[in-house]
Amino acid sequence: MSTAPAELDGETRRPRRERTWGTIGRGVAGLLGEVLITAGAVVLLFVGWQLWWTNAAADADGAQVVAALQHDFDDPTVAQPEPDSTVIQPEPEPGTAFAVVHIPRFGSGFARPLYEGTGQDVLARGIGHYLETEMPGEVGNFAIAGHRNGHGEPFNRIADLLTGDAVIVETRSSWFVYRVTGREVVPPTQVGVLLPVPDAPGSVPTKALLTMTSCHPLFSTKERYIVYGELENRYPRQEGPPAEIFAAN
Amino acid sequence: MSIYRFVWRRLPGPTAVKVIESAILVSAVLAVLFLWVFPELATMLAFNSVTVED
Repeated sequence: MSTAPAELDGETRRPRRERTWGTIGRGVAGLLGEVLITAGAVVLLFVGWQLWWTNAAADADGAQVVAALQHDFDDPTVAQPEPDSTVIQPEPEPGTAFAVVHIPRFGSGFARPLYEGTGQDVLARGIGHYLETEMPGEVGNFAIAGHRNGHGEPFNRIADLLTGDAVIVETRSSWFVYRVTGREVVPPTQVGVLLPVPDAPGSVPTKALLTMTSCHPLFSTKERYIVYGELENRYPRQEGPPAEIFAAN
Repeated sequence: MSIYRFVWRRLPGPTAVKVIESAILVSAVLAVLFLWVFPELATMLAFNSVTVED
């Protein structure tokens, strides 16, 4: 109860507590607690980075890449391929963007860059094209992958795609309009979905098909969500965006 | 013993300056985490797999 007047003037330093095993133990426990709280905060920050930051970064980057691609497609000094041609020139190097994917079901104006390859680095920036599969519009299977959560989550709403929905791929030469024909959930190792005729080894393809892959269920990697499609129409790119892009599904 | 108290005491200047210095330190740590540590960590964690492969 008795506070010495000398201790009130603020100049007085707190008397140093005597170091005993008790105070050292408390000090270590306090430090450990601080470290654990910090670690918890870092984990929360990581979740925030994954769910928010990667989307903001990928959306901004994706919009820029799409604009640059379309500007390049419009460049009259670049040799134009034959209208309707499925040949991509120059042949895209892995890691480069070479087409734009439009999916009206995912919102009006939904457009994401399509990169060659499906490495983590390109999937962090947009949609990836499986290297061993066909190019847009070609007979056989054109297979693409995209994130469902984070990194711009281009395929976040992949499960909303209905049979008949349009998936439009814009290249230097053409607009390729695919229509969704089906979906399934498969184990992550079922590479048969990428075959020229999905899940039919040895079959000779006669149609231009589409396979989209993403993770399933949401926030999990236990399975893969697969959407199939078939080429319905193609238009020369000079004709401008096809009606399918603006049509409500 | 406390890391934060230790850092706070080491920061030079009056309290107002210390607050600004702390904010800069926190931003620097966040930048390192967001731009280098987390992207590296994400490639090591499998929950970003969206492809089918053998």
